Amino acid sequence: MSESYQRASAVLINAVGLHARPSVKLTQLAKRFAGATEFALDPAGPWIDAKSPVKVMRVKAPQGTELHFRTAGDNAAEALEALIDLVRRGFDEVEPGTSSAAD
Amino acid sequence: MAETRIIGLAASSGLARGPWVALARQTRSRTASGDCAQEAEALQAAIARAAEELAALIADGDEMGGEVIGFQLAILEDAELTDPAFAAIHAGAPADQAWRDALATEIANYATADDPYFQARASDFEDLRDRVLDRLSGETGGQALAPGAIIVAEDVTPSRFLSIDWSQGGALVLAAGSPSSHVAMLARARGVPMVVGAPLDQGAPKGIMLVDGSSGEILLNPSPPAERAFERRFEAQNEEAARAAGFLMKPAVTADGAAISVQVNLGDPAELDGLDPAICDGVGLVRTEFLFHDRPTQPDEETQYQAYRRIVAWAQGRPVTIRTLDAGGDKPVSGLTVDGESNPFLGVRGLRLSLRRPDVFQIQLRALLRAAIHGELRIMLPMVTLPRELTMARAALATAAASLDADGLPYRRPLLGIMVEVPAAALSIDAFDADFYSIGSNDLAQYVAAAGRDIGAVADLQEPAGNAMLRLIAGVVAHGGATGAEVCLCGDAGGDPRLIEPLLRAGLRSLSMAPSRVGAAKAAVAALKLRA
Repeated sequence: MSESYQRASAVLINAVGLHARPSVKLTQLAKRFAGATEFALDPAGPWIDAKSPVKVMRVKAPQGTELHFRTAGDNAAEALEALIDLVRRGFDEVEPGTSSAAD
Repeated sequence: MAETRIIGLAASSGLARGPWVALARQTRSRTASGDCAQEAEALQAAIARAAEELAALIADGDEMGGEVIGFQLAILEDAELTDPAFAAIHAGAPADQAWRDALATEIANYATADDPYFQARASDFEDLRDRVLDRLSGETGGQALAPGAIIVAEDVTPSRFLSIDWSQGGALVLAAGSPSSHVAMLARARGVPMVVGAPLDQGAPKGIMLVDGSSGEILLNPSPPAERAFERRFEAQNEEAARAAGFLMKPAVTADGAAISVQVNLGDPAELDGLDPAICDGVGLVRTEFLFHDRPTQPDEETQYQAYRRIVAWAQGRPVTIRTLDAGGDKPVSGLTVDGESNPFLGVRGLRLSLRRPDVFQIQLRALLRAAIHGELRIMLPMVTLPRELTMARAALATAAASLDADGLPYRRPLLGIMVEVPAAALSIDAFDADFYSIGSNDLAQYVAAAGRDIGAVADLQEPAGNAMLRLIAGVVAHGGATGAEVCLCGDAGGDPRLIEPLLRAGLRSLSMAPSRVGAAKAAVAALKLRA
């Protein structure tokens, strides 16, 4: 495949890492984009489909893990920015005004 | 029947008393059609019905349950999970067998995880497996349970937990399970007492059971004296909880009108989940060690900045006092603290370590300076002994500020205070010119008594509100008053209702404590008169 990817990385700051709720948020966001949205623990891969909650949870990524993202297709830059932003915001887990579960 | 005492793991606090029932294991029977297309269709229909049920649970449940079930629904709708089952059916497997095998792979993957959180996810997949199997065999509903019963089982699934009526009380006792399971989270959120890892014979004759979800203690067929003792604890707990809850959202004021600042101590940002900042006047102590634990490398500046920023945002303008790394003593950090010290409590810990590791200290100070622009952040130095250490830390802070200037990054210079926990600092407090002082009563009490916190045999020599401590505290309060610097106390004593009176009488007007102590502490304050 000669498809060219956009790439960036972000560190997981959530206390429990990429657990159930962040995984669902990540996949919901990724599904909004038609093109490939993937991430990996190593910049060389293996790449994981960010649209599959089952695959995302299998990674069992703990807090402090650097997630490398790559996106392709229409709106690839926008998708990349949105995914990175979600991770950096800590998946909005403890922002004021949102009630969140003890997890 | 003889009284039997069983000790399990505490998973959700609270007391319960009542008859117990063993949750019936659900049995299913299904005859496969022997036709690939029919089997695939049956599984497809069962998955669709299970998804509808989950969506309905989300619609009537609370937000907490909705998140747990929402995760299950997302997983169920993922072809990654269902494709292998359909592939097996096309290869000739019956639908139930194909589904069971597909889920077994996922369950095994989580059951063997190192992290207890991910380990506990195995039960979510088991829940999904059983829900779809129920639909395949056409079985609906479970056993009818009397509201308020104490339910005993090997393990339960989140959806089974949510299907039980907890409004009349009751408790959950599991032979397996984990305090980090979704069910335990749900139990804590609902206030259902829960004990896990309790080896209990589910076939034993049914009788009365007492459950203490705070200690993990279970009594079967309690003797009359045990019943009476439990009854007293039950009443005391209800009264205390009702009283404390009434004070939780109110400002802390003594009976004769003195306002007391009540702040919270935090050890992990996860504690902020579900915690309303309105219960407190600020965060009196953030222990930053959480950033340094369980990770292969030191946390970088960005990680620290984001963590501090989240706490400051949570506080919504209230002051947040962040303590620089207090590694060492009973809190070793691999790769950072000195191994093999003969007495780590008297060794290179707290600020002593930070001053020896400017590389690590500078990263933390830069992150704190940057986070300070987002709210009322303050920096507190642990284990200060001599005034020159404060001078050195102030210079380090200036260095960090200069490096941020050079990088063109925005920051704000926050107040810089010290923790008073070394007797030498407490005794010569007038030689210090810190912006604020916070008495670390746990360490100060052990150093004053020369009795280690970690040695049970001498623990009773420590008196956090004894004469020696109160004299030191009064001295710090006087110095704060003379120099216009705030003085707070942030050890366990601050949240102990029995010690609040002597502490306030020594002159303290600001206490910081575990969030769960706030209601009880405010109630204790309200009962006090400070003027004779």
